[in-house]
Amino acid sequence: MKNKVVCAVLLSLPVVCSAEPKVLEHILGNGLKVLVKEDHRSPVVVSQVWYKVGSSYEPGGITGSSHMLEHMMFKGTDKHPAGEFSRIIAENGGDENAFTGQDYTAYFQTMEASRLEVSFDLEADRMRNLHLLPEELKKELQVVTEERRMRTDDVPQAKMSEHFAAVAYSNSPYKNPIIGWPSDIANYTVEDLQAWYQRWYAPNNATLVVVGDVQTKAVFDLAEKYFGALKPSEIKPLKPQTEIEQLGVRKITVKVPAKLPSVVLGYKVPVLKTAEHEWEAYALEVLAGVLDGGSSARLSSGLVRGKQIAVSAGAGYGLTTRLPSLFELEATPAEGKTVQELETALKAEITKLQQKLVDNEELQRIKAQVLASAVYERDSNFYQAMQLGMLETVGLGWQKVDEYVGKVNQVTAEQVRDVARKYLIEDHLNIAYLDPQPINQNASKGTK
Amino acid sequence: MRNYLSRQKITATFLLLFSTFLLLSSVNCQAAAKIERWQTPQGSRVFYVHTEGLPMVDIQVVFDAGSARDGQQYGLSSLTAGLLDTGAGKWNADQIAQRFESVGALFGAGSSIDTATVSLRTLTDPALFDKALETAQVILSKPSFNKADFEREKKRTLAGLKQVDESPAELASIAFYKALYGDHPYAHPGSGVIKTVSALKIADLRNFYKKYYVAANAIVVIVGDLSKQQAEQTAEKLLGGLPVGEKPQNLPDVALLTKANQQHTEFPSTQTHVLVGLPGTYRKDPDYFNLYVGNHILGGSGLVSKLFDEVREKRGLAYSASSAFIPMLKPGPFLVSLQTRNDQTQQALEVLNKTLNDFIAKGPTEGELVAAKKNITGGFAMRFDTNKKLSSYVGMIAFYDLPLDYLDTFQKKIEEVTVASITDAFKRRVNPQLLQTITVGNSTKSAK
Repeated sequence: MKNKVVCAVLLSLPVVCSAEPKVLEHILGNGLKVLVKEDHRSPVVVSQVWYKVGSSYEPGGITGSSHMLEHMMFKGTDKHPAGEFSRIIAENGGDENAFTGQDYTAYFQTMEASRLEVSFDLEADRMRNLHLLPEELKKELQVVTEERRMRTDDVPQAKMSEHFAAVAYSNSPYKNPIIGWPSDIANYTVEDLQAWYQRWYAPNNATLVVVGDVQTKAVFDLAEKYFGALKPSEIKPLKPQTEIEQLGVRKITVKVPAKLPSVVLGYKVPVLKTAEHEWEAYALEVLAGVLDGGSSARLSSGLVRGKQIAVSAGAGYGLTTRLPSLFELEATPAEGKTVQELETALKAEITKLQQKLVDNEELQRIKAQVLASAVYERDSNFYQAMQLGMLETVGLGWQKVDEYVGKVNQVTAEQVRDVARKYLIEDHLNIAYLDPQPINQNASKGTK
Repeated sequence: MRNYLSRQKITATFLLLFSTFLLLSSVNCQAAAKIERWQTPQGSRVFYVHTEGLPMVDIQVVFDAGSARDGQQYGLSSLTAGLLDTGAGKWNADQIAQRFESVGALFGAGSSIDTATVSLRTLTDPALFDKALETAQVILSKPSFNKADFEREKKRTLAGLKQVDESPAELASIAFYKALYGDHPYAHPGSGVIKTVSALKIADLRNFYKKYYVAANAIVVIVGDLSKQQAEQTAEKLLGGLPVGEKPQNLPDVALLTKANQQHTEFPSTQTHVLVGLPGTYRKDPDYFNLYVGNHILGGSGLVSKLFDEVREKRGLAYSASSAFIPMLKPGPFLVSLQTRNDQTQQALEVLNKTLNDFIAKGPTEGELVAAKKNITGGFAMRFDTNKKLSSYVGMIAFYDLPLDYLDTFQKKIEEVTVASITDAFKRRVNPQLLQTITVGNSTKSAK
């Protein structure tokens, strides 16, 4: 969610904001929240089911179980044995998949609009009737292990990120990887996953989001028909696991076989849900834009082109997480430069933000980009549904979608300076250096 | 940032079915998109589709100037495109970026094997649109190719090339193209290799630009909320500053392979990356739809393909297993790929080859074909349900000189495919005796 922003008022662009279609909400008797946004540009629909569960819900020992369960959700029910779900969706011309994050697990189908019912039928069934079979788990465990190898174990940057998070957070569950630690993955049992499914998969812990060429009322009726009879569960509240205050800078070195060094800096910062004042989160968002909102932003302009100290540099902040997060800066040094020089240069950018107000022109540029993005995002039903589902699932409420452009637009140069002073401080900083080790290829390239 | 978009599952018991008759009746017959075509006075071909609903437009200028035009200077096309927005007219890189970003426009320039593409996504509000268009026009017609920018971008490219050596996936891909194409211009990686990029001079880029970035070699694709008159003016403005020039000569034909080959590269990764294939099909290939639908069944349909079923669903050997034809001007690769734990490489390769060879020998079943057709035609509307996707289809139709009614006749062409025509096409076009097999991984861990 970085780099969003905008400014109808300042650029006098009323065009854009007028025709935005409305989102309508309906809550079924069992607690399932249904959100519908009509978009009639194309005869298609996306349907997403979001569950309030993700890696940040997991206690030690079963990290990654939300993701593992996501895989198992394709393994069948009484009504639809393993393989049937995907076969039926495919036969109806649909695309489908699922994804797991720190704060959510979501399932989706994209279909020609008249087939929406097919998706509801299948999703309602697996919300309460999943079969978790030992032989299926055994195979799927292998698949997830391969996924971990591909995404993390063999990717130097990903490995560094994993080690970085593990050290940056003391007790926040964000210290664990979404896919889980290897020894946890290797030891999931059917009972673990069954318990996880029982605990979180219920209509009153889910949000159904539909965006596309549909009639809202008809979708509500259809949701009632398929999901209405599902029993709710008693959902026990999560323990807060509030991150303790960091009392001084932390630095780690990650030595992995690689060719290029790099450095990442992460400051502990609040997010929209936890900020003392809501504007602070929007100001941090704009601050991320000042550093990395395009090629004209400070990191590209100053470090990559100006000083030529980095071959790449970026900044990132996500304001919509459930728990406090990190404001991150990452960079790869140019040939002949060191990660320490880069660290100094990145910190100098932060100092500058603390001492000097951002130019008005710079601020306007970021806001213009946010305004335009708000239009471009509407090109994709999937993205629109994704925003609604995520905001609702992390507990911010989907209505925040409509506030975003306006709130960003209200951010002042003083506020950007103030959040830089208040939150981007040395004692709350974490640094990781990727220290490349030789890649021992044991020579040999053979042809047989 | 840390979300896993997880490729889930599944497969197919293909029980069978419905009559072909039933299927035909379900085909959606609406016109896909009205593509209008004309030429600018300088001879550039323009393709335009009017879309409504959002005040935005996607514009692409496509040149036959991809890496296939590099000659022996691998990386020349890519670096030339990359340098375009670092200086043009009287503006430097910062000023260019500021001009686009101040109006929320997204600019890009890059190259693939067949093409070099300059793209612009912008709002259509006149004040914003005009500034973005003027900037793109100057970039296209008066790029500076400054020495300082050239040296910096070259160094950044070289850093990226260095990093290739830490990725088994990239090393495998490079070896695969080399094995398929030998001395053909499709053989080398688009970003070049360290030796050839190091040797590039600024004059090489200027000459490449002069030769290929000319009106006669340009195609303009405009998809969005502009009237036809606006589209005409846009195309002329964008390309008016280019000399007429001429189209480059045809690329050489791809030489036939003479024998199968297997090549292994040692790499200290936890997985071995496996690629199997040969030069496959080209865009205007009379066999294209037979190969496309056949491959859809074999390994192109994500969670329900035969490869996915055999490799992942039945055996848990890999996270992803798929196959694809990549049609280009000349025959692009037919590629079957997976990644698996080092010690399972042999087993996975056997499953892959058996699945492929069985398919070539026997073709699909009638049931599999019916299911594939339902999937492809049933999901037809989703191929171009966003401005972005439609723009990319129109660009493909334009560059590869396909009929303007390509999308309108797409479903009919799919329906015409039969089990016999697929089997025949695969037998002729995918000869198991000529398959190239690339593995990159740690073979010393192979013995378990």
